[in-house]
Amino acid sequence: MEDIKTSRSEVNQSQPLMRISGAEAIVRSLLAEGIKTIYGYPGGAIMPVYDELYKFQDQLHHVLTRHEQGAAHAAQGYARVSGRVGVAIATSGPGATNLITCIADAMIDSTPIVCITGQVGAHLLGTDAFQETDVIGISTPITKWNYQITRAEEIPEVFAKAFYIAQSGRPGPVLIDVTKNAQFDFMNFTYEKCTGVRSYEPEININLKKISKAVELINQAQKPLIVWGQGVILGNAEVEFKQFVEKSGIPAVWTILGLSALPTDHPLNMGMVGMHGNYGPNILTNQCDLLIAVGMRFDDRVTGDLNTYAKQAKIIHLEIDESEVNKNVEVDIVILGDCKDSLPLITQSIKPKEYPKWVQEFKDFYQIEYDKVIKREFYPKSDGLTMAETIDKLNAQTGGDAIIVTDVGQHQMVACRYAKFTQTKSNVTSGGLGTMGFALPAAMGAKMGAPDRQVVAIIGDGGFQMTIQELGTIFQSEIGVKIIILNNNFLGMVRQWQQLFFDKRYASTELINPDFVAIAKGYFIESKKVEKREELDEAIKVMLSHDGPYLLEVVVEKEENVFPMVPSGACVSSVRLE
Amino acid sequence: MVKRTYTVSVYTENNVGLLNRISAIFLKRHINIDSFSTSESEIPNIFRFVIVIKMEPSRIGKITKQIEKQVDVIKVFYHTDSETIFQESALFKLPSDVLFEKRQVQNIIKNSRARIVTVSREYFVLEKTGFRHETEKLRRDLEKFGLLQFVRSGRISVTKSKLPISDILEKFRQNKNE
Repeated sequence: MEDIKTSRSEVNQSQPLMRISGAEAIVRSLLAEGIKTIYGYPGGAIMPVYDELYKFQDQLHHVLTRHEQGAAHAAQGYARVSGRVGVAIATSGPGATNLITCIADAMIDSTPIVCITGQVGAHLLGTDAFQETDVIGISTPITKWNYQITRAEEIPEVFAKAFYIAQSGRPGPVLIDVTKNAQFDFMNFTYEKCTGVRSYEPEININLKKISKAVELINQAQKPLIVWGQGVILGNAEVEFKQFVEKSGIPAVWTILGLSALPTDHPLNMGMVGMHGNYGPNILTNQCDLLIAVGMRFDDRVTGDLNTYAKQAKIIHLEIDESEVNKNVEVDIVILGDCKDSLPLITQSIKPKEYPKWVQEFKDFYQIEYDKVIKREFYPKSDGLTMAETIDKLNAQTGGDAIIVTDVGQHQMVACRYAKFTQTKSNVTSGGLGTMGFALPAAMGAKMGAPDRQVVAIIGDGGFQMTIQELGTIFQSEIGVKIIILNNNFLGMVRQWQQLFFDKRYASTELINPDFVAIAKGYFIESKKVEKREELDEAIKVMLSHDGPYLLEVVVEKEENVFPMVPSGACVSSVRLE
Repeated sequence: MVKRTYTVSVYTENNVGLLNRISAIFLKRHINIDSFSTSESEIPNIFRFVIVIKMEPSRIGKITKQIEKQVDVIKVFYHTDSETIFQESALFKLPSDVLFEKRQVQNIIKNSRARIVTVSREYFVLEKTGFRHETEKLRRDLEKFGLLQFVRSGRISVTKSKLPISDILEKFRQNKNE
């Protein structure tokens, strides 16, 4: 901490010193970072902070969730739609370990959150005291940074550093563990925002030689392809990205976390890549002569078999995290840095171009996909509803303006494939970790991060029951989220794999479900169950126009499969349509 | 692919828990650490970890980037054996009677250039610093005389070429002096 200390003592002499408790210092630190809402659950080792939250309740809104996992997922949802740091707070021991799944999720999906955990008094550390857990040790591999505060006077500079680290460079989760004595003890409080840590350099100067090499390759390319990821969204580079796409005329495809950075109906938006991505983008990945990867990390669900992935193409990688460069895919040109800085440098130097024949290839493949997959899902001949037609009907009524929060599984793939987006930061899903139970609490945070927007959580019947208790939070805190359960009475994605790869041995994937409408009613949340096609439009309309939270259960076909599909570890161009 | 031995030098801040953070990077990838040592470096309060691992040449750069990505890590370098000067230390505890009764033991000590650290009525302690094969040979030679205890340190290493870290650290030192 030496580095910050030195700079603080110089800058900060004008501010009056306040003699306050560590607990109050924590609350004042959050306020100094502009935090207005935090999500959490009280308990013994964090009680001094809760006592201060009580006193500061008109300045800092605390949302009481029903489980610590709900709190941290809500913080994630808040961060994903607002671009600001989400904050979750919990007690020691089980309170802290209940945050772990969310922290791992935020780490792999680069979500800026700060988690605060209480800890037993410093004199009890290592004694197996009541509710003592080594949360620093447990969270080390899944945090961008973590720190245990044992003295009250450490609080302001550690909090300042935590917020700086969480949101700078490639964002990620930070955990601060505060021993109980540090919350009780008094200290002299002044707060100075952190502007740098000497061992950590998140800002990278763009290498202009690399830019001109990239420009050269782009100008020469005959069949270039842009693959963009969440880096565009995290870098707030949507405008710069759109300008690059439009001037270059290059067809662009997205990873699941990149979704919504470019509007769905943009003429050069060609759809999703990866395991359940679109047909054309997967096949043409292996036909392009230049692949421009923007803020994405070549995840295995995107690349399939690395030995056959885009081998024919030159690859340019715009990436902020050096450890992602050449990690999975060897690339020809690396442009390190924030794509908000690098994209305009490329755009200004490239020739404006169009690739009508190449773009037509995507359209032709889309037509094949439409005829074989999409048409059947949107306009099924059988009576049973499909997930896809539900999303299609939702699109028709939201016009693509809603924030869509999805859980994990078939419904997630279907929603991401078909949901329309007109605005960025509107797709919230658990991508890298695939955390079932993510959507319901994340949707709460999303609604609070974007209160003026319609937030629709689309969840499977399995994942819904993993964090179902958050209906209590939605009711108590009056969070106006709309929830659609796509209920097929199965853990659908696992069932699909069992059907395709395990000879239909449906081991432990069928769910005998409760009455979801009755459960919602128990929480005083308006609710309806739909089983017939002719009722669906009206039910969605009622849901969207309802003032407050609403749960719509849509009973869908039990054994639908998600296609296209690149089987795990297979070549992307061997994508199957059935 | 054939694995090679690499010496990874990690310059870090002096923070609690950093050892855990660095070792977790190897653990996550199921990589065994052959040797690990840490001490303050040439700059006060900056620590240097020296980690020896066997790894495919294609992976070593990736793992060092993962280490360097950690907030409290300043810089990471990796080198092959031929690019570094490296040594290990070993201590050998033996019963004192062999020192006086077995001439062979005295010859072993003399030939190996080991140093006698202490002698008491019951035992004596030898120290040998050198390459692994040297301390290993001495251990084998002494084994038959009833080795009471044996311990070998992790590798310590400096590089033959100048490390660009010196400039970074110098900048830190200047900032501190300002």
